[in-house]
Amino acid sequence: MGNLITVLDPVGFAPKVTRKTLAPRLPTLEDQTVYLVDCRFDDSDVFFKQMQAWFAEHLPGVRTVLKPISSVYLNDDPATWEEIKARGHAAIVGVGH
Amino acid sequence: MTIEAKYGVPTVAVHTDKFDRVVGSVAATNGMAGLRQVFVPQPVMGKSPRELRAYVDGMNPLTGRPVMQEVIEGLTQPFADGDLGPVEFDRATPRLVEPDTEENLRRLFLERNWTDTLPIVLPTEERVTAMLAATRRKPDEVVGRMRPTHFREAWEYTVEKVAVNAVMAGARPEYFPVILALAATGVSARGSTTSSMAAMVVVNGRIRHDIGMNAGTGAMAPYNHANATIGRAYGLLSQNLQGGSVPGLTYMGSQGNNYAYNSVTFAENEERSPWEPFHVQHGFRLTDSAVSVFTGCRATAFTLGLREKHWREHVRNLLRGLDPHIPPTLLLDPITARQFIDRGGFTRKEALIDWLYDTARMPAGEYWDYQLVQNYIYPRATFGEEPWASKLKAAPDELISMFRREDIHVVIVGGETNGYWRIMGCTYQKTVSVDEWR
Repeated sequence: MGNLITVLDPVGFAPKVTRKTLAPRLPTLEDQTVYLVDCRFDDSDVFFKQMQAWFAEHLPGVRTVLKPISSVYLNDDPATWEEIKARGHAAIVGVGH
Repeated sequence: MTIEAKYGVPTVAVHTDKFDRVVGSVAATNGMAGLRQVFVPQPVMGKSPRELRAYVDGMNPLTGRPVMQEVIEGLTQPFADGDLGPVEFDRATPRLVEPDTEENLRRLFLERNWTDTLPIVLPTEERVTAMLAATRRKPDEVVGRMRPTHFREAWEYTVEKVAVNAVMAGARPEYFPVILALAATGVSARGSTTSSMAAMVVVNGRIRHDIGMNAGTGAMAPYNHANATIGRAYGLLSQNLQGGSVPGLTYMGSQGNNYAYNSVTFAENEERSPWEPFHVQHGFRLTDSAVSVFTGCRATAFTLGLREKHWREHVRNLLRGLDPHIPPTLLLDPITARQFIDRGGFTRKEALIDWLYDTARMPAGEYWDYQLVQNYIYPRATFGEEPWASKLKAAPDELISMFRREDIHVVIVGGETNGYWRIMGCTYQKTVSVDEWR
């Protein structure tokens, strides 16, 4: 074996990760309002219209609201989240690419 | 993630399948390993309603299970204990790598994606100490934080960590203040965007001469040690100090970008410029040394000189060739800079920028139909953000500005072997002091 060399590690310092609490799941979607949150990226609105049609055909007891975010996906959107919290029961967010 | 964790709304995130590793990693490092994610085929962009209905009716390409079944289960099935990931985890970074032979260490650095795959200088203690001697800053001083994309957590780094990457790039200690200043911007040269962007670095002031940077012939080519290794160091420090730049995980550039090898790093040719230097435009004194960072470098347009009869149309054509989401920075050989004065009377750089702003126009209908405008500008316009909200009122045939005036820039570089010049589509981020890092 050749000479051993000591070198420094080039990687930065990661923040400590602490688990966040996820929301309790719903027992059923029947009679619930599900927000379809369009992130306004690469035709995700077209995709969610199709998902909304799927709910209407297969689960008509589920109310769906197609909701585009207020700006671009890079920005937080507390107004939209507050609306969903107040008026909805669940959310489907997309389409992330 | 915000709506699930902060607002307590049960949520399923829908992504395209190419992003499974990325979104899994992002969720875990945000403490949400159990986030419910469902995948549909890539791409969604450009697909017809009928095709996207087939995605909804179809299978998750990764699990082979029906998409809508997974969506509904994601909202209704309780979490099992094993779904949620660890309560907390720490990713401590050691100061030293386990001692090994040179050959094995080179292999290790490659395997851990710590390089740009080209040979590196191994960062021994002796070499790092020599690098650190080029600044008065302490090795354990925190320089900044960086991340490859908006959704990832920012990692922190010290002067010593920057020095390690500077050594790896082959930089000489006298370059270190410029490299520290680049690190202090917090702007990554290894963004993970699918658009494959690279960074661009412009150095101004006395430091250019102190370290022998090239602003003249071949300034953007591989013929100057300082230009080459400062740019390379910026890339290496970005990927290592932000927590990685690994294709499919922390880098998603579909085509990639050769500009990223040294982040188009050069000095401005202040001495041959007819206008004030770039850093002076941004609040620094002529005697200050500063470095400016641009991101989003992908598109380049070029031509030779400015013809007497149709120069205005030729420049307009170059500008129209850019995607309107990414503004132009003109990289002018001094010959062409003077031609802009001779042809257009732009004795001040600001006058040239005014003219460029007025010239870069296109019909509103075409502008709003660009995909990147749809993704990043249209949403802001619809919620009243100017100047885009006003542009949205234009008739489809009305000519509107492609760019905001404040996003258009001009930099002088080149050795006057000819009047070739180019437009780099890129976004100016910031100018920071080099002197503060000496």
